[in-house]
Amino acid sequence: MSTNTQIYDSSINESPAIEEIKDVLKYKDLIIQLVRRDIISRYKRSFLGIMWTMLNPLGTMIVMSIVFSRLFAMRGAYPAFIITNLVAFTFFSQTTTAALGSMLWGSDLFQRIYLPRTAFVLSTIGTGIVNILFSLVPLIIIYVFTKTPVKETIILLPIAILFIAAFALGFSLILSAVVVFFPDVAEMYPILLNAWMYLTPIIYPEEMLADVLGGWLLRLNPLYRLIRLFRLVTFDGAYPTMQEFLFAMAFSFGTLIIGWVFFTKQAKKFAYYV
Amino acid sequence: MSKTLTTLPKETAFFLEDVSVSYRIPDEKIPSIKEYAIRRLQGKIEYNSFLALDKISISVREGEIFGILGRNGAGKSTLLKVLARVLYPTEGRVWIKGQVYPLLQLGAGFHPELTGIENVYLNGTLLGHSRQEIKEKLPAIADFAEIGDFINAPLRTYSSGMMARLGFSVATAWVPDILILDEILSVGDAAFVQKCSNRMQGFRESGATVLLVSHSVDMVSSLCQRAALLDHGKLVAVGDASEVSKQYREMIF
Repeated sequence: MSTNTQIYDSSINESPAIEEIKDVLKYKDLIIQLVRRDIISRYKRSFLGIMWTMLNPLGTMIVMSIVFSRLFAMRGAYPAFIITNLVAFTFFSQTTTAALGSMLWGSDLFQRIYLPRTAFVLSTIGTGIVNILFSLVPLIIIYVFTKTPVKETIILLPIAILFIAAFALGFSLILSAVVVFFPDVAEMYPILLNAWMYLTPIIYPEEMLADVLGGWLLRLNPLYRLIRLFRLVTFDGAYPTMQEFLFAMAFSFGTLIIGWVFFTKQAKKFAYYV
Repeated sequence: MSKTLTTLPKETAFFLEDVSVSYRIPDEKIPSIKEYAIRRLQGKIEYNSFLALDKISISVREGEIFGILGRNGAGKSTLLKVLARVLYPTEGRVWIKGQVYPLLQLGAGFHPELTGIENVYLNGTLLGHSRQEIKEKLPAIADFAEIGDFINAPLRTYSSGMMARLGFSVATAWVPDILILDEILSVGDAAFVQKCSNRMQGFRESGATVLLVSHSVDMVSSLCQRAALLDHGKLVAVGDASEVSKQYREMIF
């Protein structure tokens, strides 16, 4: 029999949020395996394979550039501006959408076997990080073509990605916990995502929204803060102010903590619903 | 191999104490948040509670083969879900020592695009094993499943028998502390079924606790030492397997 026998006792009331962290560490190889599955199965049968991750933002960028480049007066190259924003936004939109799907897909397994309930959501974030690394390739190509300079501020890029990942994880957890009880959230989410994209300066410069609602529309939009940080260190070649940086951090990790606590608190009820 | 009962540990493998599971069934299905909010405000949401398990207390020792009998809807599946930690009890206490393996459906979680090896890793990690542990067992798993070079081919090229064999092979590669057997094994040809029951026998001998859920009274009375009888979520009887089987037979006829 196993040497390190674990005891499960439902009467021990440890905080579910902390219990989940311990379980995730125990099942970390499962999360790695789920990421591998997602990457392999996505690209195995398509002819261009992993290239699609790179072609996707490139295609959208070209369309957007043709349509909008005349419309918005931009400093610097519009294609480089838009692909930077798109890579950041796509990372968020794809991971959160995939996380919702994984809850529906995983409900079958959740009924059969004990797994940390956050495992599937965590793995979609992991897959998203792999994908965003691949999508940096077309970004570099466009930067080279448009002769957009990259400064040493690029060293903050991993932190910008980490912040978006933390926000996407927290947001996915909230969404996933809600979708178990209200399945129609899955239908609603693409609409929300679409609206969110147009309310966030992604295809147009942020100056256009600067004075809407006295600037509060931008200030209260966490996605704006995070995408801005991402763009600042790559496209603009500037450092964020300390205040900007702390706000972005607070929004992303605040959402993560709220999402984690909310999800793990609801998780015990999941099996009663799905 | 020692088969005598006296050499087996007498410690508790798991126990349930006054465990109740009550499902809340809303009168109508409420499909959207908007409607939910409206009805909530109007106080129109009414729930019927359904007691799937009603104050169940069972204690099972390590190494015991314990049977669970009951008609459809008696609460057997709910009991298994509570033990598999899939369902958290509404009331009462569940205490489990060690890893529980539900052999509910073989190959759940397999992915058709991945190779046999990748699927073994995926399934093994789903059962809570590390990549290192799986790597060590991989040759034995492939060997037991008898799928030869197909282990490197995508799962979609497998026959259903091969898939079931691989699933069984992964799920039983490690000796679990507690094994849940929900149905009579029926994978592959007669020779493979024989291999499966040999492996089950091996589990018993190495001291694993087996929980057998079956409609077959004969199977429970011949394989199990003790059994429990459930009816409408209540525990009707616990005790000697043949006694309980007799009681069940009287109940259904």
